[in-house]
Amino acid sequence: MQNEVQFAGFGGQGIMLMGQIMAEAAMQQGYEVVWIPSYGPEMRGGTAYCTVVISDRPIGSPIIRYPRHLVAMNRPSLEKFAPAVKPGGTIFINSSMISIDAGRDDVDVLKVPIIEIAKELGNVKTANIVALAAFVNRSQVVDFELLRESVKAKFARKEKLIPLNMKALDAGKEASMATA
Amino acid sequence: MGKVLMKGNEAIGEAAIRAGCLNYFAYPITPQSEVAEYLSRRLPEAGGVFLQGESEVAVSYMIFGAAACGERVFTTSSSPGISLMSEGISYITAGQCPAVFVNIMRGGPGLGGILPSQADYMQSVKGGGHGDYKLLVMAPASVQEAVEMMMSAFALAEKYRNPVMILGDGLIGQMMEPVEFPDALKAKPSNKDDWATNGMATRSRNQRNLVKTLYLDPEELNAHNLMLRAKYEQMEKEEVRYEAYNVDEDYKLLIVSYGTMSRVCRTAIDNLKDQGIEIGMIRPQTLFPFPKTAIYDAAGKKSCRAALCVEMCMGQMVEDVERSVSGQRPVHWYGKCGGEVPTPEEVIEEVRKLVK
Repeated sequence: MQNEVQFAGFGGQGIMLMGQIMAEAAMQQGYEVVWIPSYGPEMRGGTAYCTVVISDRPIGSPIIRYPRHLVAMNRPSLEKFAPAVKPGGTIFINSSMISIDAGRDDVDVLKVPIIEIAKELGNVKTANIVALAAFVNRSQVVDFELLRESVKAKFARKEKLIPLNMKALDAGKEASMATA
Repeated sequence: MGKVLMKGNEAIGEAAIRAGCLNYFAYPITPQSEVAEYLSRRLPEAGGVFLQGESEVAVSYMIFGAAACGERVFTTSSSPGISLMSEGISYITAGQCPAVFVNIMRGGPGLGGILPSQADYMQSVKGGGHGDYKLLVMAPASVQEAVEMMMSAFALAEKYRNPVMILGDGLIGQMMEPVEFPDALKAKPSNKDDWATNGMATRSRNQRNLVKTLYLDPEELNAHNLMLRAKYEQMEKEEVRYEAYNVDEDYKLLIVSYGTMSRVCRTAIDNLKDQGIEIGMIRPQTLFPFPKTAIYDAAGKKSCRAALCVEMCMGQMVEDVERSVSGQRPVHWYGKCGGEVPTPEEVIEEVRKLVK
């Protein structure tokens, strides 16, 4: 069984970090995993995406044209990558910034207003963690509690941010269950 | 220490420290700058020295200087930077000093692009600088393999007193994978007293070790080159490494591919197997010495009709594959050269054209 997740948005949205946190959780769960960044002449505000491949067997090609899941953090990402998602997969939509639909009826579409949720939590910077939690809880790509441990590990050097990010995880999880 | 999730570039830096190398001189260039970033923080912690050179040319001679003193030393760069270092590499080879060069390749020629490429094959295996010399070239296909190759590279460089090159495409440096580091190596270079400039073997005779590259006497230079050649012949006997994939089946086509590209081919081979088509693959792990015999034998298999070289460049490895296949079968090429890594689907399409 192999799962591929593409995280896409613009530079500064925490796209790379989302992928890394999930990849770490997958490794802790005993899976084979590859994290691939888009690296081009990138800048803040430019496009940013990364792909995480999770498998129970050694991973061959790290290059994925048709991922099973997509986490779209802005509109151009959704427009560009939604058509490539495998049928039966998941498309996560950051509905705070994306007003259009995925245009697919053969995938599970999850829309969460992550920026509003993050603002309610008191820090808009946690929006990516809200999104990650919502996506993981819905798609079950990795164990949610391992994801929690992975977030803690990522913020180990900024310990005072851990409680806030735990709240963001819980809020994201809740939103994924409340939203159709 | 269990598995850790690490970027290839960072893992390469860590592997060097664990191999007992505490000297790293470099000049930043995408897509390998994270090695310098990581080591600028980590090397001082480990008691080592990180120095950023004013250019890649300078770096190559800093490497020469440290290596001539019998110190374990390495550098990393990417394609245009390696071109600049090639002069120094030629000198280090002539001076018979051990050192490790890592090339995380990007597209060329010229400044090219910054995306993954394998277009420095010729430069690496045929000698990028002047003169009769060779590098021992290893090509990892995963972050774990990059770590293992790094850790063995210093011992090989010391065994032959010759630079070793780790040749990875941009993705090997940029991707993150779980890695497990082998135990740190404790052994120091064993033979350096015989040749290093601060070696003590000959001092008692009131004579110092000399590292030099100038031989004005033609007979002496000829003898020097023959001696270098003997080392390369020994590498061809002792250091060939490759991985064979799906070669027990009656395959119609033999793929030869290395690095990230070989992983894409592996997925293509698995998918083709599900469709009832068997394809074999030889993945060279050393590009020099090249696994000639393995490719000759694999291409000669009765069921095999042709060989296909899959590379992220204009087919630079094709002539080595042709040389290895020795006319038994036709040799084809497929690849891309702009920084885009061909997908398994594209490899499958190409294979289908050849086996129909």
